[in-house]
Amino acid sequence: MPFIPHTEEDVRRMLEVIGVQQIDDLFDEIPPTLRAKAMQVVPEGMSEMEVTALMQARARDDGQPACFIGAGAYDHHIPAAVWQIATRGEFYSAYTPYQAEASQGTLQLLYEYQSMMTALMAMDVSNASLYDGASGLAEAVLMAVRVNRKSKSRRILVPRTLNPAYRKTVHSIVRNQSIELVEVPFDTIAGQIDMAALQAHAGEDFAALVIPQPNFFGVLEDVDVLTDFAHANGMLAIAVVNPLAMAVIKPPGEWGEAGADIACGEGQPLGAPLSSGGPYFGFMCCKQEMVRQMPGRIIGRTVDLEGKPGYALTLQAREQHIRRSKATSNICTNQGLLVTAATIHMALLGGEGLSRVAAACHANTAQLIAQLTAIDGVERVFDGPVFHEGVLRLTAPVADVLRSLAAHNVLGGFDLADDYPELGDALLVCATEMRTAGEIAEYATKLARVMAARTQAKCPVEPKFN
Amino acid sequence: MLIHELSRPGRRAFAQAPKDKPALEGIPAALLRRETAALPEVSEMQAVRHYTRLSQKNFSIDTQFYPLGSCTMKYNPRACNSLAMLPGLLARHPHAPASHSQGFLACMYDLQEMLKDVTGMKSVSLVPAAGAQGEFAGVAMIRAYHDSRGDTQRCEIIVPDAAHGTNPATAVMCGYKVREIPTLDDGDVDVEALKKALGPQTAGIMLTNPSTVGVFERRITEIARLVHEAGGLLYYDGANLNAILGKVRPGDMGFDVIHMNLHKTFSTPHGGGGPGAGPVGVSQRLIPFLPVPMVGFDGHDYFWLTEKDCPQTIGKLSAFAGNAGVLLRAYVYALLLGREGMVRVAEYATLNANYLAKRLADAGFELAYPKRRATHEFIITLKRQAKDLGITAMDFAKRLLDHGYHAPTTYFPLLVPECFLIEPTETEAMDALDGFVEAMTKIQSEAENTPEVVKTAPHSLPVRRLDDVRAARELDLRWNQTS
Repeated sequence: MPFIPHTEEDVRRMLEVIGVQQIDDLFDEIPPTLRAKAMQVVPEGMSEMEVTALMQARARDDGQPACFIGAGAYDHHIPAAVWQIATRGEFYSAYTPYQAEASQGTLQLLYEYQSMMTALMAMDVSNASLYDGASGLAEAVLMAVRVNRKSKSRRILVPRTLNPAYRKTVHSIVRNQSIELVEVPFDTIAGQIDMAALQAHAGEDFAALVIPQPNFFGVLEDVDVLTDFAHANGMLAIAVVNPLAMAVIKPPGEWGEAGADIACGEGQPLGAPLSSGGPYFGFMCCKQEMVRQMPGRIIGRTVDLEGKPGYALTLQAREQHIRRSKATSNICTNQGLLVTAATIHMALLGGEGLSRVAAACHANTAQLIAQLTAIDGVERVFDGPVFHEGVLRLTAPVADVLRSLAAHNVLGGFDLADDYPELGDALLVCATEMRTAGEIAEYATKLARVMAARTQAKCPVEPKFN
Repeated sequence: MLIHELSRPGRRAFAQAPKDKPALEGIPAALLRRETAALPEVSEMQAVRHYTRLSQKNFSIDTQFYPLGSCTMKYNPRACNSLAMLPGLLARHPHAPASHSQGFLACMYDLQEMLKDVTGMKSVSLVPAAGAQGEFAGVAMIRAYHDSRGDTQRCEIIVPDAAHGTNPATAVMCGYKVREIPTLDDGDVDVEALKKALGPQTAGIMLTNPSTVGVFERRITEIARLVHEAGGLLYYDGANLNAILGKVRPGDMGFDVIHMNLHKTFSTPHGGGGPGAGPVGVSQRLIPFLPVPMVGFDGHDYFWLTEKDCPQTIGKLSAFAGNAGVLLRAYVYALLLGREGMVRVAEYATLNANYLAKRLADAGFELAYPKRRATHEFIITLKRQAKDLGITAMDFAKRLLDHGYHAPTTYFPLLVPECFLIEPTETEAMDALDGFVEAMTKIQSEAENTPEVVKTAPHSLPVRRLDDVRAARELDLRWNQTS
């Protein structure tokens, strides 16, 4: 029996001790009318060899195309040691460290993680993870409403330059608590938050302003001005950042005069494989004085009864298992194993290694954009500075172009048509440090061919943007 | 020692990062970081050795019996991990087009269909990232359902006092007031109190069955009828699904929405606190509200179902489609078990729990619900030891660690004093259960003869008992060179 160690003799003895005839007798408190019939859809059990063959075939089906898509998930090199250690059974098969003395490995690692994240973000404190970047931002919004006592409103300013998947997720999660998300438009030249539109909200009552860095277009926002604007108007500044970018870009704790109040984002670039969108992890840091309103697990250093240092879950009075309906969040299980990987990843790369990865991504993307915009019918949309993504406008429907490229095993980017129809035929591209010069040149060649074929076929497409 | 204390300026794991650091052209200086982030500077071997050693300070399923009640700490088959990490699956971008995703989408579709079969629900969404997010999705759907009918007076969610803390916390996140109802002495919900609590203000009830006190809620059909008659819906917390897999289905019990903890019942790893996966299943009337994206199949191709296809959806709960890698592990597990293996999970989990309960009772420990059949877990109360000997459940828990056993869940559910919630799972052999009884018996004898040994336990772990009060009072939440 797969994963069940009992011999017939064991079962006989155990039933005898319990005092029943057969195992099914143990289900005698379930009303007979409720007993389930045999499953229909679940197949008969397969051997490990059979399942392996099936999964290998399925994995092969999906191929391994050259990926120029970013849009919130990035293809980075992960040192071999990261997952070899993270999947050691002692990390992989342990649970939430409720018994601190038997979980010092996980607890110390999480304390190190908190230390690394606060250093990277230049913030005071960090929690031990949330589900992902988008749901993490929803938690940051709820936290801001709790923290900002000056604001009587439950309104949050959310720029249209924020990842649309994050805007949707935040909406789904906070809508039932009568929190209102007010959109701030973007400057169509720079691809940044429209400062004039934001200024129009000066003096109004909002609990917080969300500031993405870089924003969804890959463009870097003027974070100092935005943070100071928020604070001057009684709002908290919530930073939503790519943690890899923070190795080279000014971190949230240093934004403006006083720094961002809450910093959160998607931890995936720190050691999590793309893996179809998860598991990743959301990180969250904040100022010291807000720590008691932060959701999620927090680890503290303390001492044992002999005075020896040790680590334990702390400030548990914020959490659902103690505070129940008055908790800061309902979160229980978080993304511990991903944080384990991220901690090892950050330790291996260090500040210098991460900044090299970030710089390589920036250079590759600059190279990619230069080569692609040299093609007829491809131009850059925004002139604001970018980190490792950029928006291009094509003189052809993006969906068609992407389909042609995919047929040639190139995933050419993320189609912005659904989320930003006002941009016309716009495409978001990304080249991480993983994309070689050869792959970038190959993409340019294939895109040139696709664009040329469309021109020759004399099917010009009217640009929708004006 | 912290990794930070091994750090030396200029040391690096050179093979891991790009050789060069190109200039950051085109980025204004004011936007750049001024100083390199103060992360540890260590060699590859130092990092490997440090984290390997840290891992060795953990108890885990792979190294210890881990009977943590309500957490289903069963063996995590290694094949689930290695097959979910096949290069093609690992490298797939979440926005990869359907043309390059048929293999992955087929796995997700199959899993949706299997979970429907297992639970008796009409449709399943895999996206919630953990149990608590599944609960959120479930209660948000209940609210969306009432709202869609213009039935906006329903402002209360009923929760038994024994429920997981996530239940009331979730209800509040969905904008509801929480109304608690008591549990009877025999462990069942107090149906008379339920009747009094029900009314036009009732949006729904959140129940776990088997309940958090480790017994099957025998009047579930009546409860479902009463709640439905009052216009409310029933939410099933799937934390304890392991006990009834293939034996009874939440859909047949009358539940409208359930979440499943795949990191419990479907044996995906707990990872030191996650990631989990908390798919939700619904009855017919809640199908339009399921969170997106889901996977559809037209007989030929697999494709994503998004907001466009599901206009009444409660929406997205994360940036992509949930914890895909966890879902793949659960899928592999389900294939390895098959339909006959699923039923065996419930049977042997229940056999182990009843055997362990009986042996502990025979050894003199007090069962909280002695007249009831244990399900996959059961509760003992150490209130007598606390009163007579001054040895608490916490003391027993810490001393168990010295004996090489992870402690059961302590002090939960809150209504049983000095309790242990014990869940052995189906993957433990009888010998392991016998060893646990022996350790408990030994600790009992120590409690009577050398109580100090128990009160000051653990003695053989990397640290002695930790000062939690100090941890909360003198907050030290990160390394700081000067400290």
